[in-house]
Amino acid sequence: MTTPAPRSGGFPDPYGHSSGANLADILERVLDKGIVIAGDIRINLLDIELLTVKLRLIVASVDKAKEMGIDWWESDPALSSRARRDELTRENAELRERLARLEELEPGRVRKEAP
Amino acid sequence: MTGLRYVYAVCRPLGAPLQAQLTGVGGAPPALLSHRGLIAVVSTVPEADFCEEGLKAHLEDLDWLAATARAHQGVIDALTTVTTPLPLRLATVFRDDSAVRTMMEAREADFLRALERLEGRVEWGVKVFTEPSPEPAEPAGKPDRPTSGRDYLRRRRADTRAHEEGLQAAEAFARSLHERLRAQAEDSRLHPPQNAALSGARGSNVLNAAYLVRRDRSEEFVELVDRTKDEAGGLRVELTGPWAAYSFSGLGEEDARYGVSAGEGR
Repeated sequence: MTTPAPRSGGFPDPYGHSSGANLADILERVLDKGIVIAGDIRINLLDIELLTVKLRLIVASVDKAKEMGIDWWESDPALSSRARRDELTRENAELRERLARLEELEPGRVRKEAP
Repeated sequence: MTGLRYVYAVCRPLGAPLQAQLTGVGGAPPALLSHRGLIAVVSTVPEADFCEEGLKAHLEDLDWLAATARAHQGVIDALTTVTTPLPLRLATVFRDDSAVRTMMEAREADFLRALERLEGRVEWGVKVFTEPSPEPAEPAGKPDRPTSGRDYLRRRRADTRAHEEGLQAAEAFARSLHERLRAQAEDSRLHPPQNAALSGARGSNVLNAAYLVRRDRSEEFVELVDRTKDEAGGLRVELTGPWAAYSFSGLGEEDARYGVSAGEGR
């Protein structure tokens, strides 16, 4: 077997070599993570950031990812999809609107139920 | 040939030697540069490749980038087997040893703090993918063409709904998995989904997370991930690691910069 296989079962060796990693796993760490120190060659930050973005865009554009609902990394802690929130907001507005219409149609009944 | 000093990582003095055959970027063997209780792991790289113009051109070349990234990670990986390294970002380059020492001295307090925090910890990566949905089977013998515009729209709505429900289920699983793993980890980070062209993975990447776990708790963590693979239904859970704590070693200028811009904008 020449390609690293995804780890399956067995005990991990916590000092062992990282396994199951593909090129994307490696690039996202060495380009995007790790400690940033401005060396003597001042190319680093912007160019590497740009590169990271480009690498992500090779196939799935950000818009495409959003369209697919894969945008929840944007609101890290809550893990909630912006699309979902927008959807809820929209639904909420619709319901309010319907409620308002119903109240207009049946003013007597709404008043009767009011305390 | 003039050379520059490429710095892979900063760590405490090693308790055990690095493996003898280890090579770094460009095939050069990494060396240890010791300074005031810390060591920098460095190697010499050709100036032509790592000067501003050279590097800029190379970074556009995915093959060069992949080879360099793998070499960088290879050294970090070897270090991870004998110590807790603070991995530096790819292509951190200095003129000479004395410039590296100056940097180490300037950042000494940051390095010591980060080393203290990460000592004995490793990073595990966990990703969840949807399995690509099979093409709907065409009923044999019957033409499967929509007979009217209304029929076509109805079908499209049904497809869209099925797709959305699948993604919602995947997201719900990813969220619950993340909560469970986070409870077993000291810290966690959510990364953007991976690019399928680079990862070669099938399906959509709905979770791409990193967890900081103590080495002596890693076995439990890995077993937990393995158990969840059975509950994943039509989803695929992938584990990578142990990594050096790449996702948790952030310190200094860039984080300060991101701290400002990453806040909820208006």
